[in-house]
Amino acid sequence: MCAVRMNGLGDRSAVRRGFAMPGSAVAPAPEVAPVDDGGAAPSLAPDAVVDLAAERSATGVDELLAVLDAELVGLAPVKARIAEIAALLLVDRTRARFGISTAPPNLHMCFTGGPGTGKTTVALRMAGLLHRLGYLRRGHLVTVTRDDLVGQYVGHTAPKTRDVLKRAMGGVLFIDEAYYLHKAENERDYGSESIEILLQVMENHRDDVVVILAGYAAEMDVFFRSNPGMSSRIAHHITFPAYTADELEQIADRMADQLGYVFAPDTRPVLRDYLERRMARPRFANARSVRNAVERARLRQARRLVDGPDPRVDRDALTTIEPADLLASRVFDPEPDGTEPGERGTAEGCGSGTMPE
Amino acid sequence: MRITQGTFSHLPDLTDDEITAQIGYCLDNGWPLSVEFTDDPHPRNTYWEMWGLPMFDLADPAGVMLEVDACRTTHPDCYVKLNAYDARLGRQTTALSFIVQRPEPEPGFRLDRHEGADRRITYTTTSYATGRPQGERYLA
Ligand SMILES: Nc1ncnc2c1ncn2[C@@H]1O[C@H](COP(=O)(O)OP(=O)(O)OP(=O)(O)O)[C@@H](O)[C@H]1O
Ligand SMILES: [Mg+2]
Repeated sequence: MCAVRMNGLGDRSAVRRGFAMPGSAVAPAPEVAPVDDGGAAPSLAPDAVVDLAAERSATGVDELLAVLDAELVGLAPVKARIAEIAALLLVDRTRARFGISTAPPNLHMCFTGGPGTGKTTVALRMAGLLHRLGYLRRGHLVTVTRDDLVGQYVGHTAPKTRDVLKRAMGGVLFIDEAYYLHKAENERDYGSESIEILLQVMENHRDDVVVILAGYAAEMDVFFRSNPGMSSRIAHHITFPAYTADELEQIADRMADQLGYVFAPDTRPVLRDYLERRMARPRFANARSVRNAVERARLRQARRLVDGPDPRVDRDALTTIEPADLLASRVFDPEPDGTEPGERGTAEGCGSGTMPE
Repeated sequence: MRITQGTFSHLPDLTDDEITAQIGYCLDNGWPLSVEFTDDPHPRNTYWEMWGLPMFDLADPAGVMLEVDACRTTHPDCYVKLNAYDARLGRQTTALSFIVQRPEPEPGFRLDRHEGADRRITYTTTSYATGRPQGERYLA
């Protein structure tokens, strides 16, 4: 059955043509229909004038972009691309109302960038965004890695990949660490079977599912070189830049804020120093290292409060991160040992910057 | 003779858009769907072939249509139906079942009468199509 099921991945419109029932008007793909108002938008006369600003505020895109801007520090090229996509979808929708036929744009994407630069975070938001813009019908996100797509024996991979694709339809399929799909050293690897099915669906079901690949730049480069078909089916190759020290500081602020902490004024220079030292270390993982640092500072602060000479605390004491909470880090050791700076005096394993996620 | 089995079978055949809308209704109710096919349309034949397993965790009709189309392509000369299961009662309950492809032409059924003791008559229906072996029943 598995082998048989693979047959069905061809162009759906071909199937529709082949099995149109007599008397049943099989509509061609509704290319001209307005994207998400179910055909309610009136067709416009050729000389009509549309106020794009009004259209735009009607979709609520601006609030979404504002939230994105507020919650994610930096990432200018990423935000610019998202704004472009939003504009394109808006223009497409308006064009359709004039009856200008518009094939759905290719929105498959690839996110490359160093560890902890926000690739996974942005992908998670993309699904909701494309849903709001009327491109995706459901706007859910299905996150998978190689293990979810590739089987372990002959005939196992195709149904596995298809099942994942079916679940992702109407939303975004996010393939994290996508370069693992292709194992160059093993030519009988089932990964290529999975890639082939992905390619077909990316081509023929463009308006049903958006595929986002993510991975480190060097590895994705190798992956695309051995899978040129994949590279060319992806319209948006977006590079996530490494964060500057300023951005990392803002990120630390926001993370602390979300957890209900503030940095004391005299913690600021220490934080800055910490981040700069941390950036120079090997295996620095950008925002993720910041998250780990904040988590560890939190641990040390708790211990300082509990073990301190004066056991009485007030609200300020409970929410303030003091310089000592950062200075205990191993990055301030005179001789760097080249490993992820751990924390002193607290248990191991509260987060290692080298973990993939 | 047009077979009438399942929901909607007294209506004209559903278009793909209408089928998609029905699937959307099922998914919105949380009913997983499955595709089945057969070339033995006897009303008492409850065991149609399964086209894969029931599809769980789907959000959008496109995924189901993918399998419907795959089944139609592979079995253009079979009946194909969609079943939707409502698992809320803790058992497999078919909430909706309808035909999404039928072969052309449909020759229909012969009615056989068997006269037994005391001139008592028993009736049975036989599909003309099943006179031929499986796989050759609806080749026009
Ligand atoms: N611009 C940002 N502003 C605020 N927080 C951020 C930003 N970028 C990333 N983060 C935070 O950093 C952490 C790591 O980000 P994320 O998991 O998205 O990185 P990644 O690029 O997927 O890393 P990897 O390649 O290692 O998987 C997350 O907790 C996320 O919330
Ligand atoms: Mg990631």
